[in-house]
Amino acid sequence: MLRTEEMLLNVGPQHPSTHGVFRLVIKIDGEIIKEATPVIGYLHRGTEKLAEDLQYTQIIPYTDRLDYLAAMTNNYVLCHAVETMMGVEIPDRAEYLRVIAMELGRVASHLVWWGTYLLDIGATSPFLYAFREREMIVNLLTELSGARLTFNYMRVGGVKWDAPEDWIEKVAEFVPYMREQLAGYHELVTGNEIFVNRVKGVGTYSKEEALQYSLSGANLRCTGVKWDLRKNEPYSIYNRFQFNIPTREEGDAFSRYHCRMEEIEESLKILEQAVEQFPTAGPIIAKVPKIIKVPKGEAFVRIESPRGEIGCYIASEGKKEPYRLKFRRPSFYNLQILPKLLEGENMANLITILGAIDIVLGEVDG
Amino acid sequence: MIQDLLQSTPSLLNFGIFFGLAVLLLFVVLGFVTYGILSERKIMGFMQLRVGPNQIGGKWGLLQTVADVLKLLIKEDTIPKKADKPLYILAPVIAFAPAFMVLATLPFTDAFQFADIGVGLLYYMAVSGITTIGIVTAGWASNNKYSLIGGMRAAAQMISYEIPLVMSLVGIVLLTGSLNLNDIVAAQEKVWFIFLQPIAFIVFFIASVAELNRVPFDLPEAESELVSGYHVEYSGFRWAFFMLSEYVYMFAMATLTTVLFLGGWNSIPFLDFIPAAVWFGLKFSAVFYVLVWIRVTFPRIRADQLMEFGWKVLLPIALANIFLTALLKELFKLF
Repeated sequence: MLRTEEMLLNVGPQHPSTHGVFRLVIKIDGEIIKEATPVIGYLHRGTEKLAEDLQYTQIIPYTDRLDYLAAMTNNYVLCHAVETMMGVEIPDRAEYLRVIAMELGRVASHLVWWGTYLLDIGATSPFLYAFREREMIVNLLTELSGARLTFNYMRVGGVKWDAPEDWIEKVAEFVPYMREQLAGYHELVTGNEIFVNRVKGVGTYSKEEALQYSLSGANLRCTGVKWDLRKNEPYSIYNRFQFNIPTREEGDAFSRYHCRMEEIEESLKILEQAVEQFPTAGPIIAKVPKIIKVPKGEAFVRIESPRGEIGCYIASEGKKEPYRLKFRRPSFYNLQILPKLLEGENMANLITILGAIDIVLGEVDG
Repeated sequence: MIQDLLQSTPSLLNFGIFFGLAVLLLFVVLGFVTYGILSERKIMGFMQLRVGPNQIGGKWGLLQTVADVLKLLIKEDTIPKKADKPLYILAPVIAFAPAFMVLATLPFTDAFQFADIGVGLLYYMAVSGITTIGIVTAGWASNNKYSLIGGMRAAAQMISYEIPLVMSLVGIVLLTGSLNLNDIVAAQEKVWFIFLQPIAFIVFFIASVAELNRVPFDLPEAESELVSGYHVEYSGFRWAFFMLSEYVYMFAMATLTTVLFLGGWNSIPFLDFIPAAVWFGLKFSAVFYVLVWIRVTFPRIRADQLMEFGWKVLLPIALANIFLTALLKELFKLF
């Protein structure tokens, strides 16, 4: 019998498929993973601590840099928390602008996920197709906010800029276009034998495990739990729209893929309705004092980001700055199940499983 | 001409002629690699909504590959401290030399072939197998865990796919009764073997893509898993040698596919006035285009699924094809 040894392999932090600076120390026997230890923190910037010295409006740009693929939802969760504590009434037009921006962001985020996930699996073209559509969304959001990625668009009480002329029409035009492209995506990838073999039955977990690990977003819905905060705890004006919560029963990477692709469709539905109902005139920001002081107390709000439940906790002592600010960052929670999923899998599945969780390192590390 | 030279007594003149011919072939190959890479990038660009190279050498980027090679030449050549130095240096040579050697037997047209040997097909298969050793050596000598895994994968993959590749060709050998590539082309004057041996063609094409380490079988260098597999530690011109051998093999494999299944330089009926070289070029380009097309379309297959597919699907089909061909030939005298 040959003497064999387990090999310790460092995957990352500089590795093309860890989606940033994520490091994974794995013990492998041949190509079979015996043990996996995630190491995080390479992108830790101490957002929560920094926030304690900043005024509320000044914190907003920091939230852009957490989940940089869906900065609009991050903007919103902070503003939403502050507004909840202050009891501000948001003008209708501002709410619609926020929802449109957030849903566009959700589509863009899922597109990036779709493209990079297939890049991980070895297909190069979907990435470029996804980025073509994402570019259109980014252009739309640039027209709205002036930035491509870190929008800094929302403010406590509303939004910073009104929609430019014809902007709403452009969004309305984008929706059918995106639907058409989505059909093309399915044609190219979803039915592909190799792709299905790579993802079907890989990284499976049960409903109970998902709940125990506090997973959220598509990672939870792929096990059959119908839980989407936009429906279950409607915030903003989401109760005015008709849409479904896509779920699957299998709990594998393929079901997560389906959930996300269907979520794009649902987001498009919301966009369609929001564009239709968009109020033609009105203020875009509520009357709030220049320097925001939040009354003493604490609050926790949670909303549905593309990656799962993002929460914001604020403890205030009635000053200009928060006493303590905490974000419940969904990527961080979703990542916790990774070592368990990787055990006994091979190297190629490592990438498939990690990719299917859809992490953004800015959010994992805070 | 070459036959006469081979049989004449050795002299300096003979050596000079052979050397000159080898240099000629090298330039043909380098020319192909230069513009093969460029056209691959252009086709990929066209399929992926990009423009591809368009800066160096006019708007078609005609000198892009030349510039890339020059860059690789002047790049620092690094050897990791803990690498097995002699093997590390030897590996690219072992990988490249057979790639060049196999070209000798390939008949490009009836007049343009360097060595018309009786067992040309066997020679190709035997020599091309040596490259695997170069790749495994590179993976081992780099003393890098990723390249080791890549090298191991390459060895497993190339051995498993060489067998269906060879088996799929037995049908053709049965039909022609010869391993000589010229005879095989001559046998296709009326009907191409792609029509007589469709199953063999499918098996051969899949196995050849696997042999070329191209998508969807590019596991040895799986970028997203193994960073870049066996050549992760190589830089500069040593790395270029691996890439070069990969593209030379692509050249050789596209040629072989044309010769074996698409009738080589034979024209289709009523279009005989077009020269043989043009026919060969057209068929060759078509095969090349399909190879690029596959690369753009497919994701990568997984290592265990790859082995399963090779042994459980391709090999039985190839064997069944031999059986079927033999039966049809002997019992029904179909061919």
